[in-house]
Amino acid sequence: MSRPSFRWGTAAVLLLGVCLIVLGLWRGELAVYFAKSINLCLECVGIG
Amino acid sequence: MDRLHLHRLHRTLIQGAVTVLTNAYLDGFLTGRLYRGPFKQLCVPGLNCYSCPGALGSCPIGAMQALASSPSYTVSVLVMGFLLVVGGLIGRLVCGFLCPFGLVQDLLHKIPFPKKFSTRRLRPLTWLKYAILVVFVLFLPNLPVNFMGMGEPAFCKYLCPQGILEGALPLAVVSETTREALGILFRWKFAILLSVVMLSVVIYRPFCKYLCPLGAVYGATNHLSVYRLRFETEACVRCGKCAAVCKMDCDPTRDPNDSECIRCGDCVQVCPTAALKKPSIGAGLRARVRPYRGIE
Repeated sequence: MSRPSFRWGTAAVLLLGVCLIVLGLWRGELAVYFAKSINLCLECVGIG
Repeated sequence: MDRLHLHRLHRTLIQGAVTVLTNAYLDGFLTGRLYRGPFKQLCVPGLNCYSCPGALGSCPIGAMQALASSPSYTVSVLVMGFLLVVGGLIGRLVCGFLCPFGLVQDLLHKIPFPKKFSTRRLRPLTWLKYAILVVFVLFLPNLPVNFMGMGEPAFCKYLCPQGILEGALPLAVVSETTREALGILFRWKFAILLSVVMLSVVIYRPFCKYLCPLGAVYGATNHLSVYRLRFETEACVRCGKCAAVCKMDCDPTRDPNDSECIRCGDCVQVCPTAALKKPSIGAGLRARVRPYRGIE
């Protein structure tokens, strides 16, 4: 006989992730890494 | 073609499709100009350099370092949240199906070679990627390197071979300016890329096993993710086929959701009694817990 159980750990991880996304958007992080991603990353390609 | 090889072909096709879709800005490959549209605000789940001329999305590791190296932020909660959501949903299924660099290593490993090496004894070395995550992705970018208080993306700058494979090489093909600007840093990272390429022929996914910080993050969520492999103890006949076919040195009978498991599904395909199963639709967040019956 098996009994279903709710995965609290999984739900907590997902909820935490969503909260961090909302917090990050509120902090304006999107604009910072967007500005980096649309320009050539010199460090990434090995220039300098 | 048997079931296992058919499954592997399907997986390769999915990996290829994802790689093409996330790097579909063809104009970039022709002109050397990066995509600057709105999709770049989105992170892709796998390791895909945003300096790839075809990249439509951002690399989560690169994005984390961009924030960490900025004087205004210490850590990117936005990207961490994204990684937790992706990891919480599918764990290292990203590595098995959605990562372009994983595909590259998979294809290289298919190259025939007289001797392919097992890495089971190197299992403790897999902790290295967690150290790389902490030191190169989280800590070093926060150290200021200039008068503006900005840090540098240490993993991208000193370790990531994907920046060379997807970024420097395609750009160097179309841009003489880029070719002339490549310096000692390029040579160092090209040596890393070359090492990974050569090792991938004889060892399965060396970068994923030992160096990838993204694999470290998703691996930590493998036990908690919604997508999990299921193991029916009563159906298992201890034939050992699942552990033998696993190239990530996992034993699904001990831990079907090992942090090293990239969820390629090979073990499910070879199990003769269907003791190993992929999650069924609707499994969701509920788990079936069987009471201990004294069976080892």
